[in-house]
Amino acid sequence: MPIVLWTDALVFLLIACAIGSGVYVSRREYLLASWRRVGESRAGMAALTVLAAFILVGLLDSLHYRPRLEAVAGQSANGFGTEVRSALDVLLLPLKAATEKTYSAPLATHLYARETVELPDGTQARVFPRLKHGGVHLKDPAQDRGRDVARHILRGLVLAVLAGLTFAAIALQAAAVRWGVRWPAAWRRIRRGETRFAWNAVLATLAVLLLLAGPVVSLAGGYHVFGTDKVGQDVLYLTLKSIRTGLVIGTITTLAMLPFAVALGIVAGYLGGWVDDVIQYLYTTLNSIPGVLLIAASVLMMQVVIDTHPDWFATSAQRADARLLALCLILGVTSWTGLCRLLRAETLKLRELEYVQAAQAFGASASRIMGRHILPNVMHIVLIAVVMDFSGLVLAEAVLSYIGIGVDPSTISFGTMINTARLELAREPVVWWSLVAAFAFMFVLVLAANLFSDSVRDAFDPRIAGRRIAPAAQGQAA
Amino acid sequence: MSLLRVEGLRTSLTSAAGIVRAVDEVSFEVAAGETFALLGESGCGKSMTALSLMRLLPDAGANVGGRVLLDGRDLLALSEAEMRGVRGREMAMIFQEPATSLNPVLSVGRQIVEVLERHTTTQGAAARRRALELVDAVGIPDPARRLDEYPFQLSGGMKQRVMIAMALAGDPRLLIADEPTTALDVTIQAQVLELLGQLQRDRGMGMLLISHDLGIVSQLAQRVGVMYAGELVEVADRQTFFASPRHPYSRKLFAALPRPARCGGALETIPGSVPPLTTIFTCCRFADRCPSAWARCRDEVPAWHATTDGHAVRCHLYDQRAGIGNQEEGSRSQIAGDQVAGSRASPLLQGEAPLLEVADLKMHFPIRKGVFKRVAGQVRAVDGVSLGLTLGRTLALVGESGCGKTTAGKAILQLLRPTGGSVRFGGEELTSLPQGRLRALRAEMQIVFQDPYGSLDPRMRVGDIIEEGMAALGTASDRAARDRRIDEQLERVGLSAGMRGRYPHEFSGGQRQRIAIARALAVEPRLLVCDEPTSALDVSVQAQILNLLKELQASLGLAYLFITHNIAVVEYLAHEVAVMYLGRIVERGTVEEILRDPKHPYTEALLSAVPRIEAEAGRPVIVLRGDMPSPANPPPGCHFHPRCPRAMPECAVTFPSATRLSESRSVHCHLYR
Repeated sequence: MPIVLWTDALVFLLIACAIGSGVYVSRREYLLASWRRVGESRAGMAALTVLAAFILVGLLDSLHYRPRLEAVAGQSANGFGTEVRSALDVLLLPLKAATEKTYSAPLATHLYARETVELPDGTQARVFPRLKHGGVHLKDPAQDRGRDVARHILRGLVLAVLAGLTFAAIALQAAAVRWGVRWPAAWRRIRRGETRFAWNAVLATLAVLLLLAGPVVSLAGGYHVFGTDKVGQDVLYLTLKSIRTGLVIGTITTLAMLPFAVALGIVAGYLGGWVDDVIQYLYTTLNSIPGVLLIAASVLMMQVVIDTHPDWFATSAQRADARLLALCLILGVTSWTGLCRLLRAETLKLRELEYVQAAQAFGASASRIMGRHILPNVMHIVLIAVVMDFSGLVLAEAVLSYIGIGVDPSTISFGTMINTARLELAREPVVWWSLVAAFAFMFVLVLAANLFSDSVRDAFDPRIAGRRIAPAAQGQAA
Repeated sequence: MSLLRVEGLRTSLTSAAGIVRAVDEVSFEVAAGETFALLGESGCGKSMTALSLMRLLPDAGANVGGRVLLDGRDLLALSEAEMRGVRGREMAMIFQEPATSLNPVLSVGRQIVEVLERHTTTQGAAARRRALELVDAVGIPDPARRLDEYPFQLSGGMKQRVMIAMALAGDPRLLIADEPTTALDVTIQAQVLELLGQLQRDRGMGMLLISHDLGIVSQLAQRVGVMYAGELVEVADRQTFFASPRHPYSRKLFAALPRPARCGGALETIPGSVPPLTTIFTCCRFADRCPSAWARCRDEVPAWHATTDGHAVRCHLYDQRAGIGNQEEGSRSQIAGDQVAGSRASPLLQGEAPLLEVADLKMHFPIRKGVFKRVAGQVRAVDGVSLGLTLGRTLALVGESGCGKTTAGKAILQLLRPTGGSVRFGGEELTSLPQGRLRALRAEMQIVFQDPYGSLDPRMRVGDIIEEGMAALGTASDRAARDRRIDEQLERVGLSAGMRGRYPHEFSGGQRQRIAIARALAVEPRLLVCDEPTSALDVSVQAQILNLLKELQASLGLAYLFITHNIAVVEYLAHEVAVMYLGRIVERGTVEEILRDPKHPYTEALLSAVPRIEAEAGRPVIVLRGDMPSPANPPPGCHFHPRCPRAMPECAVTFPSATRLSESRSVHCHLYR
């Protein structure tokens, strides 16, 4: 039975918005020109490729369903399990199911903790027992492991190269048909960066991604690539599941924040007077409350509400999802002030421009002027702010979950992973892998988001975009 | 030997659109004590020439070639460190915009002393004394106090004087003045021009003057070079040049100037625009816009042809060997034809009820101070303005910046609700009209703004921009009718209907102004307030817009309230004139009365300060002292009395009431009681 969680619905809504604005942009030359500049930026496109990989994982994880219960003798088989699974879970089922007893190091064949086992001769000994899943196919782990891992990596690389070549062939064919040239010529153009869109950056990033992913996929079949955590869950599985949480926080929070920021900012700037005063007081007050305190208070209140109404949620996943959504909303409500302030200032400037006065001379109503003249002219600021806020929000989730007021403990996220890793770091011998895995994934995600937002800002910020064409303008002015 | 000798100067810049050849093979000389003027429209490479001489262009992207000899030393061969010694010490530059050329966080004295200490041996107290002398020399009153003030405390004219003082601090031998008065008002411009001329004579400096204004050039320069699309096309003495410009471009520049002599006819315009400097020219650069171009002009780059003494032209027409007949005949008769073609637009509609009647209009803005925003004072931007306007007539509201003319225009349109007075439009009192009723009247009165770049929404297509007014006012109800109207408007202002799908940034300044006019006309107004619609445009483009406005008035019978500081435009377009000073109208009358025989001392000074091309012997320029006072704190009595050369004791006491001098004329001055 497919299930649409609240956050899923919002994610789909976001995708619809993105497609809609894509259509809108494609019909408007001036917007298209800016996006083309984004497309020309190598760093931006490489970052976008990485982001796309993350988004793909996040989307797969957003298609939820409840599996049908196996028919048990004597009962009809029309019930559904209480467990909610996603499409990603299905793909990662081997990883999800392969739980060990407790910690194990990356690519290990034995547990990380000693256990008392009964030897065949009846005596007891404390040894590191073999894992139930990691490396079970090896007869003599001590001897065979190195060779087996190398074989897996090699197989992964071969697979990656094959996949890469297939993809490159498709891209080249498309390019060759489009430009009407042969393959070698098309390849030369892409390689030398003679295309307007930074195809070479995309293909290079894709190659690196494939070369990294191939061995990991290959190894994951026989080992726990990133080890296992305290309760024996595969860390690779946890990190992949965390991606969706991060993306949801980064995007839906923005969705919750935008209406406040845009509407209040423009209204305050355009109408001025007491409306402006009220809105300014509102956001200065909000800004002067320590953010973490406000969020903590709201999260705790919401926690109580959720706990007192267990009947609202059919499954635990739905409850956790409600908490995730609530966190997004709370973060959104507390973070709209910065953008609102920016938009108010910009509107104050635009309001004095002559095209706005011309519209006033036509007797156009205030709402019409705000919608038709002001809003389109501040959209670049909104876009830049949204893309730049994204990485900040992903980090904010990690921090909030770390101090225990973030997502539901049952929701897998970078924050909860880091939170548990806190204890593991104090352990002797130290368990480093879950922290490192969470850190590496989050770092790549945030770095890609930052690089992409930089190139978006370069393309849309008129001051920066203007600087790039300044010599031409100067030449004409002189 | 000449002080500055420029030989084959080439400047190219790399840009996204390709290599821009901003300056192409420019050669000229400036002798000590001589003023050489570079004349041309924007985009012709004048400022680029100056920046190349000073080597102020960024090393990255800019490529300067040729030779620049200052006293025989090639500046382009100097190292950057040596060049720093030349800048300020041997040649100094004054920029166009005084507001941005001074550092706002340092006192002006500090900034002048900095230059002195860098370029001369005077240091410390001696440098300060020298700075005091300099500030005194550029005619700033009370120099000791001014030295410790910050740029924001000075007016625009003062700042430009400080800039000149800074430029003089190193005692340079060559002064480059890049449009030194473009940002200033006419009366202040007169002060600064006089100062520059006097300083140059006293110090025997060479001066390179860059200007687009024929009047300024004729007043200040000894020799003139005309630039077009990156190259010099004509070089001549001032007298020869102004007596008989040779190059077709120079002639067109003269013909495009609105002058009373041809106020009957349409102004001459130059079709098209300056070609982009990224093109590689294989023919005459002006050929596409030239009325006398022939086959050779499109095949061959013209060489220099020296005609008479020191008068050189880059044009095939003057190639002696080719033996081309004198073309002057043709172009003269063409101008004459134009004069006959037009006639003073719109007959006088005497006795008709005025369309617009403004009585004692007041627009005060409160100054708020303190924590509780108490009203601490009033800025009297408009303080008692009365005027009247009938259909088919043009009333020019003339005054310097800051006198409240734009505010008056907006208050008349009720874009700002006036503080007091009455505005009757078509018999209906607007000031007390509620917003709803006012909206219905919006179609009757429209406005065209000054800045064609700021007045069109960059995110909207031209068609949508023009449609906006119709949609807001419900002028044409159905879609098809509106579309037809948009096409009609575009054609009417001289654009094509096919342009409606484009965005404003694709158009030039003149075309944008046409779009703005089309937008206003789309709702069929009877009154059009034109707020300096041509001040941001080049002379040739200004002529196009003025012609268009005149045509439209003749065919549609519009009434124009024309707000401007440009007297030449007033002469060409207006029927009546109202002169405004510091929120009040000081003199009103028909255009002939005011311009031929100004009565009010301010009008007199204003008119005499306008630089003229015609060398009028003995025409005294009345240079007013000081600046316009702040409207927040106007002087008592007649606002003009502190600057008035003919002020009497009673002027400081009461504001003179209107004195009617004739049927159409009144003046506010105690001299005419």
